[in-house]
Amino acid sequence: MTDVVILDYGSGNLRSAQRALESTGVSVTVTSDFEAALNADGLVVPGVGAFSACMTGFNSVRGAQIIERRLAGGKAVLGICVGMQIMFDSSTEHLDTDGEQANWTGISQWPGVVEKLQAKVLPHMGWNTVTSPEQSLMFAGLENERFYFVHTYAVTRWTLKPEGAFRAPLVTWTNYEQDFVAAVENGPLWATQFHPEKSGPAGLRLLQNWVDTL
Amino acid sequence: MSLALRVIPCLDVDNGRVVKGVNFANLRDAGDPVELARAYGQAGADELVFLDISASSSNRETTLEMVRRAADEIFIPLTVGGGVRTPEDVDRLLRSGADKVGINTAGLANPDLISEASRRFGNQCIVLSVDVRRSTDAASGFEATTHGGRQSSGRDALEWIVEAVERGAGEILLNSMDADGTKAGFDIELITKVRAAVNVPIIASGGAGKVEDFYPAVQAGANALLAASVFHFGQITIAEVKSELSSHNVVVR
Repeated sequence: MTDVVILDYGSGNLRSAQRALESTGVSVTVTSDFEAALNADGLVVPGVGAFSACMTGFNSVRGAQIIERRLAGGKAVLGICVGMQIMFDSSTEHLDTDGEQANWTGISQWPGVVEKLQAKVLPHMGWNTVTSPEQSLMFAGLENERFYFVHTYAVTRWTLKPEGAFRAPLVTWTNYEQDFVAAVENGPLWATQFHPEKSGPAGLRLLQNWVDTL
Repeated sequence: MSLALRVIPCLDVDNGRVVKGVNFANLRDAGDPVELARAYGQAGADELVFLDISASSSNRETTLEMVRRAADEIFIPLTVGGGVRTPEDVDRLLRSGADKVGINTAGLANPDLISEASRRFGNQCIVLSVDVRRSTDAASGFEATTHGGRQSSGRDALEWIVEAVERGAGEILLNSMDADGTKAGFDIELITKVRAAVNVPIIASGGAGKVEDFYPAVQAGANALLAASVFHFGQITIAEVKSELSSHNVVVR
């Protein structure tokens, strides 16, 4: 049976992600165990709350090493919400908080800065549409669906261009008074700014699409 | 592309059972929160709110179990409020499968609870639930109440809402005690005042009686609309509300 680990590195609702993934027919373990996270067929990196608090928790379970090793071996990783944001270079969240926690450096799988959205009402909370590339595996069968977002920060500029042997990642966008990155598919590394585990049948289908790649 | 306005049914729960009569078609057990939640999920609810009105704290474990069962089956956001007094209460609810936690009376008694909970868990999961009524004693004309509107908190509602947002509340569940139960429409004056004061999402609650009541609340600045009895008794459906909103060019799911 395909096994998935949800990396447990802080508090929050991990139960929904676990149950949603289980509904796709995989076995799911919620753990911070290094070896388990390294060896699972699929690894989910969740994340809610402040970027810096997430990075502190992520570092405490040697998250960056886990991701690096898995990706080097071509093993699937799915980042969700702040779990996607930490894949980028950095966040500007420290500029808006007291600055005591300086853990605003991400793990730089992709170039980019996580910035505060400019909308009048924040957090961006609720069901929004997305625009995905035609070749997307993540959104196969999910054209015109809405997904559940809840966040204040996002990546608004995508700067990575295809280069040499590297295929450009597939970037999915959404809009809340401005465009920002809603999802990325980059070989074994996938990530969503929204919560597929909270996005009803459409979200479950997206998780199924990911599980089908494992 | 744009964000959809949210329509949210609220279920009052006591000792793991839905209270206040619920008359929802085709349910085996209309008092089972999980079965109702599933039905509402299929009916197009964008989120669900569970309000735990248990008087006894010994019923809290029952509530956690109910949240677990609901979260195991329904993959839309769940907000749970009622009796949340400490950051540990918030943690337990989140770990049981709640996505957001409503803080009401305990926040008024101890505003640091909101600061601490939002620091630990993120402001996106801390909902300030506030029961508001008109009062000539309050500068804004509105005061925050406790005990379901029966007692004054002594705080100006607008001032309290602004403070709670500064402390890290990520959303306001704005319940008008004056409109609650009247079915005469949402409290437009209150929603308008709160919209002008804060920039977090507002869930308007209290007063929904017919489908035409919902659009004015959106115009006043609500980002989500909550109702209980009109949905429970099948007087209006979520689909009817969304269709009405849609006719006014409000984006719905």
